[in-house]
Amino acid sequence: MESKINRYSKQLILINSFFILAWLIVSVFPFIWTFWGSFKVKADFFSRADWMFAVTGVNTLIETGDTSTVKAYVESWTEGEFWKATMNTIIITVSVVTISLFLGTLGAYALSRSTYKYTFWILIAALIFRAMPHITLVSGYLFPFFQLNVWGILPTTIIVLVAINQPFTLWLLYSFFKTVPKELDESALIDGCSYFQAFRFVIMPVMWPGVVTAGLFSMMLAYNDFTVTSLLLNQQNYTMVPKINAYLGTIEHSGNYMWAVSSVVSATAPLFMIIMFFQRQLISGLTAGAVKG
Amino acid sequence: MPHRTFFWFFFPSGLAMLLFIGLPIISSFFQSLHIEPEQILMEVEKCDPFGCKTETKVDIEATTKLQEEQPLGRFNGLGTYVDRNHLAFDEIKEAWTNSSSIPEFTDILLNLPFYKALLFTLTFCFAVTPPVVVLGFIVALSVNTITKSLKGPTIFGVILPMIVTPLIGSLVLFWMIDAKGILGSFIQFLFDDPNLSLKSSSQLTWITLIIYGIWHNTPFAFVVFYAALQTVPQDPIEAAIIDGASRYERVRHIVIPHLYPVATFIILICLMDNFRVLEPIIGFAAEGVAQSLSWMIYNDLRSENKMLFGSAGATSMLTIIGVAILLTPVLIRTWREFRTER
Repeated sequence: MESKINRYSKQLILINSFFILAWLIVSVFPFIWTFWGSFKVKADFFSRADWMFAVTGVNTLIETGDTSTVKAYVESWTEGEFWKATMNTIIITVSVVTISLFLGTLGAYALSRSTYKYTFWILIAALIFRAMPHITLVSGYLFPFFQLNVWGILPTTIIVLVAINQPFTLWLLYSFFKTVPKELDESALIDGCSYFQAFRFVIMPVMWPGVVTAGLFSMMLAYNDFTVTSLLLNQQNYTMVPKINAYLGTIEHSGNYMWAVSSVVSATAPLFMIIMFFQRQLISGLTAGAVKG
Repeated sequence: MPHRTFFWFFFPSGLAMLLFIGLPIISSFFQSLHIEPEQILMEVEKCDPFGCKTETKVDIEATTKLQEEQPLGRFNGLGTYVDRNHLAFDEIKEAWTNSSSIPEFTDILLNLPFYKALLFTLTFCFAVTPPVVVLGFIVALSVNTITKSLKGPTIFGVILPMIVTPLIGSLVLFWMIDAKGILGSFIQFLFDDPNLSLKSSSQLTWITLIIYGIWHNTPFAFVVFYAALQTVPQDPIEAAIIDGASRYERVRHIVIPHLYPVATFIILICLMDNFRVLEPIIGFAAEGVAQSLSWMIYNDLRSENKMLFGSAGATSMLTIIGVAILLTPVLIRTWREFRTER
């Protein structure tokens, strides 16, 4: 687009910059506001008198002796046991990403290299599975899980999230493996490798870009999940997102409400960091299925 | 690849999907055919100096025994599907014969829980999707024209609403829109009404939820459109410039036709994802005025001592039927694509 013939007029550049700036404010400002407000007390963040209190921190100064406070953070992490929720989130996220990548690469490699018709039906089935609302699946889990006495613990949730994640991982890695030339592993097969050896020594070294993208999406699903974790885990094993929801349930204690605000910041910050590093992979993954169509 | 090798490669992934996506759907269906056992009542004769009375009370022993024998409850066939909380055929029939006008009938119909939830879910889906496509396209066009060095940070800023989980995203907005928050006060100031609150009426809450939906979904449309814009062929555009086409004409006649297939993809994904709307309702504390199908299921399963598996199962099945209807065009598209590939 940057050829000389296609110059932008000054007017257009002005309107354009203005629009982008406005849109950036719409999408980023809420997070900045919440970040700033998380260092205030509730009377400031939800100020009855004047919204400027949330910026200046008048009540925070009165209550704590300073214009900003980390009280909500300290309390939610210790008293509110947010550290435990964080631990659970880390355990679940790491396990889900590892297991679903392991299963996904094997499955997707097979799907991309098989020429039989059933691969198509498997992919269609995966597409249908991908479209199932998670809550409908959860309603199917609860009763059997209660009967088998596996409800409420982390391993159950991990396996469930891995399974829910499989269809998308399969599709993503399937379209990735399609771009890896077939000749590469075929020559290894001719040289006497078994399929598994070809996968291990020829495909694995070149598959990392695709795996990083797929891993990023698995991570986001496990990290962000609310439906599955809130209904399949018991209170002690809650991850971050259901924990934040649990803080909201206790509004009567005004301190707890700021716990939720500070926890939102604690939970979002690492995610934003990771996305900052892997933005390119995220975008390539989102567009994998769309652009060729 | 021989069948045998394929099987072993695919087995773990396939098993996981079969056990935890395929089976639950069947289990959900099975649950929906059953209903929680009723409590067994017994008549007890109680005598005191003033005479004897018979009382009915719950036979706890027999009830627990029955629950152990039939943990799923008794078989109810399609009874749960047609009861008042789901398709409500009887109530509709009654309303149809009793109501004098069509508006009165629709009013009764839309007050039945299932239809109320369906109405909200569909309104949400179809109100969110068109603005998302249009805004996503405009944002993609603008980002595409800015200087290269600024693109990275700008894209990062634009995609933030999509990255956070809907619960957190809706909470962040909810706190600002709250009557005591910054946006809430601003709106009150704007309309000069100190009592105006977006939570006060159901229409305003619906609008708030829809605005949230647009905010959350636009980045996805943006990303897909942005990537597709990179593939627009340059030759016809340059030819059009030489022929004297204005910027608007170039976009209208070259870029937009190129992006049609991408737009349909975005629309379908958007409809499918928004059909399962649940977290925003919880985040905005809008349960009172806006229930979605997913929220109905969530509500049935939430209470720890008495989960309504039957009711949740029936709603799940009806939701799946809805998803299937929305999914058909996607499946047809994939089928065509696959056929041309081979």
